[in-house]
Amino acid sequence: MSALSGLGRLWTSRRIPLAWLLLTRQPVRLAVALAGISFAGILMFMQLGFRDGLFDASVTIHKLFDADLVLISPRTISSISMSGFPRRRLVQALGDPEVKGITPVNWNFLLWRNPQNRSTRSILAIGFEPNDPLFLDPSLKSKARLLTQRDRVLFDEQSREEFGPVGPWFREGRTVETEVAGKRVRVAGLVGLGPSFGADGNLITSRETFLSLLPDTPAGSIELGLIRLNPGADPAVVQQRLRKQLPKDVTVFTKREFEESEKDYWRSSTAIGFIFTLGAGMGFVVGCVIVYQILYSDVSDHLPEYATLMAMGYPLTALLGVVGREGLLLALLGYLPAYGVGQGLYALVRSATKLPVEMNTTRAVVVFSMILVMCMGSAAMAMRRLADADPAEIF
Amino acid sequence: MAVHPTHSDGTGNGTVTGTGNGTGNGSNAPSTDDPPMVDLHDLCHWYGEGEMRRQVLQNVELRIHPGEVVLLTGPSGCGKTTLLTLVGGLRQVQQGQVTVMGEQLEGSSRRLRQQLRRQIGMIFQGHNLLRCLTAEQNVQMGSDLLPGLGYRARRDQAREWLRAVGLGDHLGKLPHDLSGGQKQRVAIARALAAHPRLLLADEPTAALDSRSGREVVDLLKRLAREQSCAVLMVTHDPRILDVADRLVAMEDGRLRTAPLVAAAG
Repeated sequence: MSALSGLGRLWTSRRIPLAWLLLTRQPVRLAVALAGISFAGILMFMQLGFRDGLFDASVTIHKLFDADLVLISPRTISSISMSGFPRRRLVQALGDPEVKGITPVNWNFLLWRNPQNRSTRSILAIGFEPNDPLFLDPSLKSKARLLTQRDRVLFDEQSREEFGPVGPWFREGRTVETEVAGKRVRVAGLVGLGPSFGADGNLITSRETFLSLLPDTPAGSIELGLIRLNPGADPAVVQQRLRKQLPKDVTVFTKREFEESEKDYWRSSTAIGFIFTLGAGMGFVVGCVIVYQILYSDVSDHLPEYATLMAMGYPLTALLGVVGREGLLLALLGYLPAYGVGQGLYALVRSATKLPVEMNTTRAVVVFSMILVMCMGSAAMAMRRLADADPAEIF
Repeated sequence: MAVHPTHSDGTGNGTVTGTGNGTGNGSNAPSTDDPPMVDLHDLCHWYGEGEMRRQVLQNVELRIHPGEVVLLTGPSGCGKTTLLTLVGGLRQVQQGQVTVMGEQLEGSSRRLRQQLRRQIGMIFQGHNLLRCLTAEQNVQMGSDLLPGLGYRARRDQAREWLRAVGLGDHLGKLPHDLSGGQKQRVAIARALAAHPRLLLADEPTAALDSRSGREVVDLLKRLAREQSCAVLMVTHDPRILDVADRLVAMEDGRLRTAPLVAAAG
């Protein structure tokens, strides 16, 4: 009730919306300003979207695994070069009372021959025992038994088109056979995983087939060990215990740490994160210049009017408020089209690159904050021009 | 350097009649008990620095009483406008005493002068309306300065004032679409909308033809009278001198009461 009456008081004590009128009575200038701000916003949305999309895409597969803890080799830096470690370590982990189940996984990049044009391309191959749980998604379970036959693979139909029209062919009922690492395999089914920055395409196969495709792999060596815990068990506690028990030739990660270490690789070991952040920064600077130009010339054009208001008894703070509100309005009006176009371009990028570039709240807020800082900072700079509004000079 | 104190003879709250052109005759006894609206004593002002320093006001003495209409004439560049800006609290006083509505302006803070300006209506040579606002909104910029009034009340007042200046049919027009005389009338409405007790006008008829100039000045005087608002108007338009309760002439930074030729030596 008091909030309502407070609002009511605000409503009746309102004044002429000078900032709004100053902006809207010059529609061309406003349009230019909004175009500039929106452009800067779109630029920031795209650059940050690419950056976050890249980091998210780097763990497309990681996220799918049904695991609470993960064992990898300490020599593994990223998913594009996984080192092997003895499978015994994973079996040792089974000794912990909280460990419910394990899945040994082989992980490597193999050459896939496009069945249509015979060109080859590197594909991520994941090998596991078809009876073990691998992914959180239960739909794999029924397809996994197709792999019990030798030289059968499940092809990721979201792989890039360069791997050939495997999905459409398979759906038409054709037998799709091609070469992987120089050996003949048959596509036994389709899965939907999605490409990541490291891997343009994925296939899943049994460990038996995997080892036959890569005969140099030692039989007892795996690249990834998935550990599932009893319900209610604290992964961090078990992680500590396993770290003490297991020798130093394996690293114990929680699933989240596993994903983060992969993201960290792309973030720090490559220039990609820096490049996209720099791109977003350039959008920010361009936006600042545009908004500053607009607000500065706006203040300059209206200097006699501002001086008149001061002569009438309006305090300088009221005029600063007008310029500040102009900045705020520009931020709001410029952000909305940027958000809309950003959504559209994200959809375009998704369909063109199959990268998981999506609008999320954090980025929406970050870009809005940057536009706000941009507009308010420019407004603050333009306010300095108000100091030239000397009411004594207008007579 | 004798300067004539220029007191008027009887101007109490706009009730005075029969005060015409050049009634200021140097009488030293103000006929009103009210303190003067404006009291200038030994006011001097300079522009520039060092070698370039030039005195524009010399020992100016002037009193304006509530409701009095004082016209200040003189050749251009003689310091009239400077005087106006000092009285209006738009410039810092350098030397001398300036008391406006009981407030001493010498050494005053920016804040005090800003507060004081709220009670002073100003009408400029150009209309100085805000181009992006309609006539009604321009006038409301004046009434928005009034404390404790709701938006509707302030808007209604703005409309009242526009009707009072004869522009009731032009509320929604932008300054761009109004004639010079109409714009100046909007400016008058805006100045009066803040309920000023003192109105400062700097050549309000300069941009107008004689007929609309006459109308504007008559209107200004009538409305100021109704509000018992004192007026200090700078002009060198000879056609409007008759609206004054008192005429004050300025020459080379000194005041003399017109039409007497008692210039200081």
